[in-house]
Amino acid sequence: MVQSLDRLKETASQTAGPYVHIGLTPNFCDIPGVYPVDLGDTMVNDKTKGERIKVKMRVIDGADTPLKDALIEIWQADADGLHNSPSEMRGAADPNFTGWGRKPTDMTTGECVFDTIKPGRVPFKDGRKMAPHLTVWIVARGINIGLHTRMYFSDEEKANDEDPVLARVEHRVRVPTLIAQRDGDTYIFDIHLQGEKETVFFDI
Amino acid sequence: MTEAKSLSNRRPETGAFFQRDRTMHPPAFTPSYKTSVLRSPQKALLSLDSTLSEITGPVFGHNILGELDNDMIHNFAKPGESAIGERIIVYGRLLDERGKGVPGALIEFWQANAGGRYRHKKEGYIAALDPNFGGCGRVITDEDGNYWIRTIKPGPYPWPNGPNDWRPAHIHFSIFGHGFAQRLISQLYFEGDPMIWKCPIVRTIPDRSAVERLVAALDMEATIPMDSRAYKFDMVLRGRRSSMFENRMEGN
Ligand SMILES: [Fe+2]
Repeated sequence: MVQSLDRLKETASQTAGPYVHIGLTPNFCDIPGVYPVDLGDTMVNDKTKGERIKVKMRVIDGADTPLKDALIEIWQADADGLHNSPSEMRGAADPNFTGWGRKPTDMTTGECVFDTIKPGRVPFKDGRKMAPHLTVWIVARGINIGLHTRMYFSDEEKANDEDPVLARVEHRVRVPTLIAQRDGDTYIFDIHLQGEKETVFFDI
Repeated sequence: MTEAKSLSNRRPETGAFFQRDRTMHPPAFTPSYKTSVLRSPQKALLSLDSTLSEITGPVFGHNILGELDNDMIHNFAKPGESAIGERIIVYGRLLDERGKGVPGALIEFWQANAGGRYRHKKEGYIAALDPNFGGCGRVITDEDGNYWIRTIKPGPYPWPNGPNDWRPAHIHFSIFGHGFAQRLISQLYFEGDPMIWKCPIVRTIPDRSAVERLVAALDMEATIPMDSRAYKFDMVLRGRRSSMFENRMEGN
């Protein structure tokens, strides 16, 4: 026998199910009046620093059909690369930017759109700068444990080329699954759950 | 969002998170839960130590909460009325894998009404809606990680999977820790429910003890006499390594 490490085990995940909206975006699904707004609906205000962008996302299943009952959360740095989080020790982030957004995918089109800003670069552990990116978390009916991925930007080619996380993707043909394509002020990001175009998901 | 008052007295932690023990979690592909078949990634996940993007995360101040947010019996009910069903309190502690309480963490809940019916346009079960029950609630843990909510016990309900599959009574919950890597959604079940072990969604979890940790215990000592029975339910998020063992600060 040896001493016990006294560690607990993480609570097991279960699917968010088909009615995740009731809990996380009740105003979106016709349960008004309990919360004044759906949390994460708005990330910016008119004083937010940085380049305003829209990000249009879909989550696509193994039969090429967009999920109409998914929920996506994004987490990102502000325009200077700082996070609006107590664990951010490098400085104070823009108080007019939450850095966190939450959207249900549309019940007919499967799309959702985040109004946000282009994030600055955040250092990797060794000090090298990561390319601008959003941290993305996806839950839905049929997804047993939330999926973590990242969204990078198509017009940041040089930064993407030196990004230490993208460099870890062994099969280079899969790197484009992490890069959103710019179309005007909108970035289009399709997340593929399966198949040839399966997005790279992270155990992070 | 910036003013997480309950965190104000502690130095925020900045260590990377423990590797997720995936033997405790359901795998992505679980054919007896049919919807997972086309929604499960098939390639290996890319494993990475946490970076600043996952070590940080949004934290919510108590100022976002309304007075009835943690009371699903009343937060959708007409004034003077209340939701129908068995009145219960669910209480417990949010901990991390090191056994430390997690203060200032937002936990959101959602559930069916006492008849097993959700207030949702895609819901097709014939059980009646309760005009006084919305089905969502939320709470922020206190300085030691404690929380409690008031609700009615949800009913079991049938769902389209097998020809005659029924969910055990359950409350869905979503937790934010202090880092985005800790984000977690799961479901709470109730002690003594024979439906738990028949449920294809419960059975996606490969480890029996991990299922048992999702079952809330009836706690008669925490009941309010003539008012509500109580269930105790602790939750555990990923732990984090101590940054005191690291030679350099992150970001330098
Ligand atoms: Fe449910």
